[in-house]
Amino acid sequence: MTDLFFALVVFAVSFAIGDRLIRRVPPMLHTPLMSMTNAISAVVILGALALLATDRAPGQQALIAAAVAAAAFNIVGGFAITGRMLRMFRSEGAAQRSDGA
Amino acid sequence: MSQILHLLLDLSVIAILLGGIQRFNSPVSARFGNRLASLALALGVVLALWRAGTAHPLLLAAATLAGAAVGWRLAMRVTMVQIPAMVAFQHGAGGLAAALVAYVELGVAGQGALDAGRLSGLAGLLIGAATFSGSMIAAAKLSGRVRPTPLILPGHGTATAAVLVVSLVAGTWALRISPEALLVPAALLAAAGGALFAVRIGGADMPVLISFLNATAGLAAAACGIILKDRLLIAFGATVAASGSILTRVMCHAMNRRTAKVFAGHQGEVNWRPFDMFHKAQAAPVDSPPPAAAPAPKPATDPLPAAVAALEAARRIVIVPGYGMALAQAQFNVASLAARWTAIGKSVKFAIHPVAGRMPGHMHVLLAEADVNYDLLHEMDAVNPELGDTDVVLVVGACDVVNPAAVQTEGTPISGMPILEAHLARTVIVCNLDRQPGYSGVANLLYDDPKTILLLGDAQQTTASLLAAFAPQ
Repeated sequence: MTDLFFALVVFAVSFAIGDRLIRRVPPMLHTPLMSMTNAISAVVILGALALLATDRAPGQQALIAAAVAAAAFNIVGGFAITGRMLRMFRSEGAAQRSDGA
Repeated sequence: MSQILHLLLDLSVIAILLGGIQRFNSPVSARFGNRLASLALALGVVLALWRAGTAHPLLLAAATLAGAAVGWRLAMRVTMVQIPAMVAFQHGAGGLAAALVAYVELGVAGQGALDAGRLSGLAGLLIGAATFSGSMIAAAKLSGRVRPTPLILPGHGTATAAVLVVSLVAGTWALRISPEALLVPAALLAAAGGALFAVRIGGADMPVLISFLNATAGLAAAACGIILKDRLLIAFGATVAASGSILTRVMCHAMNRRTAKVFAGHQGEVNWRPFDMFHKAQAAPVDSPPPAAAPAPKPATDPLPAAVAALEAARRIVIVPGYGMALAQAQFNVASLAARWTAIGKSVKFAIHPVAGRMPGHMHVLLAEADVNYDLLHEMDAVNPELGDTDVVLVVGACDVVNPAAVQTEGTPISGMPILEAHLARTVIVCNLDRQPGYSGVANLLYDDPKTILLLGDAQQTTASLLAAFAPQ
């Protein structure tokens, strides 16, 4: 019961702080924001790691391996695309910079 | 003692993540923010391995490398027009991972009481499965592999709700009686529900769907965190859910539609016809794809010289880009035009409607790719007051977001929708494919305004002919 209560507190506090911070993100950055949070949602890889901490039957191993692969795809792809997009944003002052993607 | 240490470690990682998100308040600091967020995730993985170790190091390494390699490869190749499809696909990967983790955990736990942990595991499984299938449909629509128009079946809403409820009942029953036998059917039903949910949403409503799937992917991760008692999972998942739900609301607000109405699809609105005061004969069904050869009424004279003259005389120009520009791959010509006009001393701004594009902020990224400085990009609310004092508004591939019917006519599907008030400018030049109405099906009153010059046809060609007229001597 205390576990659940604690879990709900963690959820509510994170949601509230995230909500406050994200409200300040300008519309210009909404696409990078979504692709970054998209990568974060693959944090479920931590759950897969927890399941792999102990020995598993082959069938379960296969399912968890698929989960790890999907999450790793999501994490690496998400952060990489976000970085690529953000490097494309140039202002007048930074126009000389050449960080080609 | 060690419990407190672990709590502090977790809190530090969460703080790093939130610090990363906080830096998304400007394009320059966002690059560091992205690195901070990825650092937070990497630290989470390191912590998990350090705390519990792994019984299957080879399997783990192989799966991680395989997923990461594919992710990296796609991320480096994808173009900015394809970004929404790619992001939707990744939402699906996240949902799938959550569903698999929840399934294995529930299977390990076996049958038993319906405590909160197991119920949230079930939520992770069902939400994850529905997110996966919904995202695959969204990705297929966004990439053009499937017709992007809404597909509405008879009794669609009821069927979707029924499938989702049955999957929940089957899942709950599975937890009590036999997880092995019933969890898979429950997950498949949830996946079917997600697919049904997504197929009815299309076209300009896609930004809402993709934002919503962002939120559900986070929610599925957080639900897995509750059953696994993993603070980081819960906190990270909750942050993503917050982000997705904010973006969902922002997108709905920009279209003046209630979230529920978007998700109820065009039902009841299927019979939308162009609200046409001038061209009754042109009324075309909304769901039909645009005809290959658009029946554009041939103007008596070539409108190009008039457009060029207006642009030459103009001192203040505002460009309104829409998704049609991206479809025609005209953004590079438009960027060159803007650079050219700026070079010869004209004031040039881009006015961006919040739902221009196929996901929140998509247009900004498309223009950034075409090397448009972000100082030139202005939001709707900032630009609207200036449009009355603008010499030329150049509309490229945008329709509904500049349709004055939204503010001038009552009772149309877009009435009340905030628009870019292009009609207030002295001259309007429209580089659209044809005179067909936009996604809403409402005929664009702007096309019939005497001060509007229509340059109909492929925007890449029409912008190229403008560019030729302004070639440096």
